[in-house]
Amino acid sequence: MRWKEESVTGWGRALRAEAEVARPERLSDLPEKLGPAIGGRRSYGDAALNGGGRAIDMTRLDRILSFDPASGKVEVEAGVTIGTLLRVFAPQGWMPAVMPGTGFATVGGAIAMDVHGKNHHHAGSFGGHVTAITLLQEAGEVRITPRNRALWQATIGGLGQTGIITKAVLQLARTPGTTMEVRERRAEGWDEHLAMLDASQATYCVSWIDATATGEAMGRGILEEAELCATRKPAASHGPKVPTDAPGFALSAPIVKAFNAIYFRRVPAEGRSVVRPMADFFFPLDRIHDWNRLYGKRGFHQFQCVVPEAAKGQIKTMMQEIAGAGLASPLAVLKRMGPGRAGYLSFPMEGYTLAVDFPNRGRAGGLIGRLIDMTAEAGGRIYFAKDSLARAEQIGAMYPDLGKWQAAVAKADPGGIFETDMTRRLGLRGSE
Amino acid sequence: MSETWIILGATSAMARAFAQAEAEVGSGLILCGRRLDDIEATTADCRARGAEMAEVMAIDMRDPTTFGPILERAKGLVGAVNVAIFTGSMPEQSAIDADPSLIEGVIIDSHTGPARFLTEIAPQLEARGCGAVMGITSVAGDRGRIGNYVYGSAKAGFATYLSGYRNRMGRSGVHVLTVKPGPVDTAMTWGGPKMPFMSTPEAVVADMRAALRKRRNILYTAKIWGLIMLVIRMIPEPIFKKMNF
Repeated sequence: MRWKEESVTGWGRALRAEAEVARPERLSDLPEKLGPAIGGRRSYGDAALNGGGRAIDMTRLDRILSFDPASGKVEVEAGVTIGTLLRVFAPQGWMPAVMPGTGFATVGGAIAMDVHGKNHHHAGSFGGHVTAITLLQEAGEVRITPRNRALWQATIGGLGQTGIITKAVLQLARTPGTTMEVRERRAEGWDEHLAMLDASQATYCVSWIDATATGEAMGRGILEEAELCATRKPAASHGPKVPTDAPGFALSAPIVKAFNAIYFRRVPAEGRSVVRPMADFFFPLDRIHDWNRLYGKRGFHQFQCVVPEAAKGQIKTMMQEIAGAGLASPLAVLKRMGPGRAGYLSFPMEGYTLAVDFPNRGRAGGLIGRLIDMTAEAGGRIYFAKDSLARAEQIGAMYPDLGKWQAAVAKADPGGIFETDMTRRLGLRGSE
Repeated sequence: MSETWIILGATSAMARAFAQAEAEVGSGLILCGRRLDDIEATTADCRARGAEMAEVMAIDMRDPTTFGPILERAKGLVGAVNVAIFTGSMPEQSAIDADPSLIEGVIIDSHTGPARFLTEIAPQLEARGCGAVMGITSVAGDRGRIGNYVYGSAKAGFATYLSGYRNRMGRSGVHVLTVKPGPVDTAMTWGGPKMPFMSTPEAVVADMRAALRKRRNILYTAKIWGLIMLVIRMIPEPIFKKMNF
């Protein structure tokens, strides 16, 4: 197996690391010297970075190993993407039960981050629909199921620290067609917006929020509710590709404000219903290839937190702080979360989750630092798949099961060979 | 079943991507190669992706007795039978210089093996009067250069064979496509020197399938390589012989 010297970045492109990367074409080609596995590189920060070390790129391990059309159980290699599963199985009446906002995430990555989707309040997180995982550890291969309690819960959402996820068995969910019936409604301000989210009964529910609107309009946005639809329509073909890094002013405050105002009015005041191909609804940004380059060479950060339901006041204060700073990009999302989580370090908790992108410029880092502190004070937590700026001391209180995770990981990877820039930055593996 | 692809050299990354894409549109697949356990996994993958049928058959280009069972199997197929040949091997030129006996293997894998298989299956395809044959050669076959001229000459030989084969088979309604890929991001190029206009297996496969639909004769992929090789072929030999690239 050859190793390639590569400059690896997360999706946000603000952090970068030089590493030796192997990319096996088949499981039997996995190198003897192991390192952390990396997948679609859709984590924003340094979760897939291992500066000065090794990494195993899993994206070519992309085979569906078996599928039972009667039960919807599928075994896949870890490099299969969520988008592939949707494209292949939706016409056959099945779909991944939980899908993140990009179809380019791999199954291995989705497990290691215990990702959630627009149906989290009903379906829980990705890990809840995984029934078996094959791990490659330094000592050899091990197949685990939920019965391996500690190792299982340390693996789901475990940032790849228990071993390389090589294969997984997923329980797919039924779908009657390949489209979604989507209802879009405007929310004119924060309180109305939250009330609409609280009242929603839809299976899939997510909101775009205008993170630059201030005053009366603060917190306005568009609520999207969707149900699976029995009609069939192929996904639109590939959209444009961002060919080069955009200049810095592309996402300057006046341009973002103007864009958001127009985007808000895209939906008529009385709302509207549309039928969309599934991929367009679940992975709206995937149509613009390499959209992260719109943020220019310096990249961007995403802040994503979840706070408990009782912290409504605090999340409003956070939103005011974001809107007042005028640093946000148009990409901002608000949604309700249910309690479903499958691992010790899983992100979800019952409450509200807010995600906002910030171009990597001067004041953004300070603002995100304050938002992380406010999240901790509100009893919430930040999402490792997105983070690139938190400090070790901010994390402990957010993840009460961190100690249990550390104990299980210490057993699974005693040599620390799967450590990444993220686990070192946040001191996640502890001191033992 | 409307179409079946017999794919030789099915373990290669390009062949796998091609099989996956054909599986998703419901084609039947007979995947042939030497690493049977690996091809077995690809056939399972192709069945899950929607292939009407996916089978594994052993083939070794260096052992023509392995061709017989595949030719027999092809006779039993209903509908159009297509053949795609991805076989080839590329030892470093320096390894060949140290051990010239490697040359024969390179020529068999890329040229004489495929040529023999295609010649043997030709009467069957002519009798069917439809279908397509896709042969993977290389831009390296367009002009010999210091870095890999044994590999290049094998690919050039195969490209010339395909040109004549097209001339023959076209008369019976069988289409022949010659594919000339530039560098592709596969295990062969991973970690090697940085190469310009590198393509991916997925992009190459998309080009191949579009070219098959349009019944093109010769495909350069990425497309820019058509232009680059046009220029390279025009360089006068007295100058070319002094160049390093």
